Amino acid sequence: MPTFWNLLDWPEITEAGLDSLAMLGGALCFILLLGLPLGIVLHLFARRQLLASARTYALLSFVVNIVRSVPFIILLILMMPLTTLLTGTAIGIKGVIPPLVAGGVPFFARLVESALREVDRGVVEAAQAMGATHLQIIWQVLLPEALPGLLAAATVTAIALVDYSAMSGAIGGGGLGDMAIRYGYQRYETEVMLVTVALLIVLVQALQIAGNRLVIHFTRR
Amino acid sequence: MIEFKNIGKTYPTKAGQVTALDGIDLHIAAGEVFGMVGASGAGKSTLLRLINLLERPTQGELWVDGDNITALRGTGLRQLRSKIGMIFQHFNLLYAKTVAQNVAFPLTLNRALSAGQIAERVSELLARVGLAGLAHAYPAQLSGGQKQRVGIARALANLPKILLCDEATSALDPHTTQDILSLLAQINHELGITIVLITHEMDVVRRVCDRVAVLDGGRVVESGAVADLFLHPQHPVTRRFVQEALPEIDPLIDAALQQHGGRTLRLTVRGDPVHQPLLSQLSRDAGVDCRLLSGRIDRIKNLPYSQLVLSLSGDNADRAIEQLRAANVHVELLDTP
Repeated sequence: MPTFWNLLDWPEITEAGLDSLAMLGGALCFILLLGLPLGIVLHLFARRQLLASARTYALLSFVVNIVRSVPFIILLILMMPLTTLLTGTAIGIKGVIPPLVAGGVPFFARLVESALREVDRGVVEAAQAMGATHLQIIWQVLLPEALPGLLAAATVTAIALVDYSAMSGAIGGGGLGDMAIRYGYQRYETEVMLVTVALLIVLVQALQIAGNRLVIHFTRR
Repeated sequence: MIEFKNIGKTYPTKAGQVTALDGIDLHIAAGEVFGMVGASGAGKSTLLRLINLLERPTQGELWVDGDNITALRGTGLRQLRSKIGMIFQHFNLLYAKTVAQNVAFPLTLNRALSAGQIAERVSELLARVGLAGLAHAYPAQLSGGQKQRVGIARALANLPKILLCDEATSALDPHTTQDILSLLAQINHELGITIVLITHEMDVVRRVCDRVAVLDGGRVVESGAVADLFLHPQHPVTRRFVQEALPEIDPLIDAALQQHGGRTLRLTVRGDPVHQPLLSQLSRDAGVDCRLLSGRIDRIKNLPYSQLVLSLSGDNADRAIEQLRAANVHVELLDTP
């Protein structure tokens, strides 16, 4: 009698799993690379910070908020022409990474801004009193002092990406979430859905544990 | 060394312009320890921060070490700041760096020294502040006093001519405060660094300062040698500050002693005459009786002083007062209206 496990197409699940990781990894790299500077810039123009300017901050904030307001699934679809321009395709892993990045960058940037705000302004003042340039303050004071917060922000973002990437199924993007929707929702093959969701749970747990360990390692308070 | 010429500072708020400082004229000589006291909001923090331009004056001129720094910016400003060290009430250390890295931080900013020279300077500085074994500790592992010592070592890293102290001991317990003040006095004495400190505790001023300015509502209400302000405060604000350190006559004791009649005097003696047997000589030579109402015998920096309030009774009270004045004792009559 065929067992439950034999019913499942393990090769397909494995491929979906690897696709998910590829999506996540690829998107996360760009998000960290682009989101960190954006978050730093947002922070610098905020009230009472190094380049405090109410107008500039309001403008940047507005732009960031707009992108964040768009539900990801709509962002996926709206971005299709741009995605094709960037990667040559609007479907599959390559088709999903640009929208993931577009959605993830403002998200991560806001978390970065929040983490930088936690750094005691007295420490920044002390660095100014020593004659540090703005760049030196950012690089040698703000970022190192905020490191635990930045790592926590990256962890939260990575896990949010897992959620976003599941929606990539809407454009045939692949990955575990896509499989869960296709087999579980569209074909009523609940076992597949359960297995893929279970794998997603494992993935998220692993990300959170890894993130927590990193934060603890770099916390010297 | 530092000169404030008609300095003013106003800044805009929702409620209109706020005047933080108004018409400040002060001169701080090289090598002296200058204190600024005032209540919270009196402007002393702002005034201190003008010296290294963390705040900019909106009016007047500011001269530091012979240069007009009022409008200084960019590289010149950074050079100025490397000549001025600053320590803070809450220490402001970098928690992600070790003690040694914290102290080396100002040196890594201008890249003038090699890594080896930096390490050497850091060792010297840590030894000077008494933290030789703690180079690899993190600030989170240190006590308040130790953190402030790291702050001091860091402030001295670039061999500054001026050290600014923003309520440096306000967050420390009395014993640690004493240690830090002794360290500052030692640094001033051995290295000749001009120290400008702000505090709301007159006792801190008494212990280390040479001269002091009292601020109230953004203005300097009184300034001068610490001994003069401490022993003979003129302005009511100054008197209030001094009185926290020199409690006045207890009214009940005073009432009880009024029954005996006599003159109420405040005597102030400075320097060596403190060691003279003043009261017993008075009783013998002038034949008066002394009743002590309050008193303090202490030091202002290195100057011993005594200030006594007493009641003199007997027929020769006036002769006694003359005798005191002749002996270089400052006599203040407290009972004449």
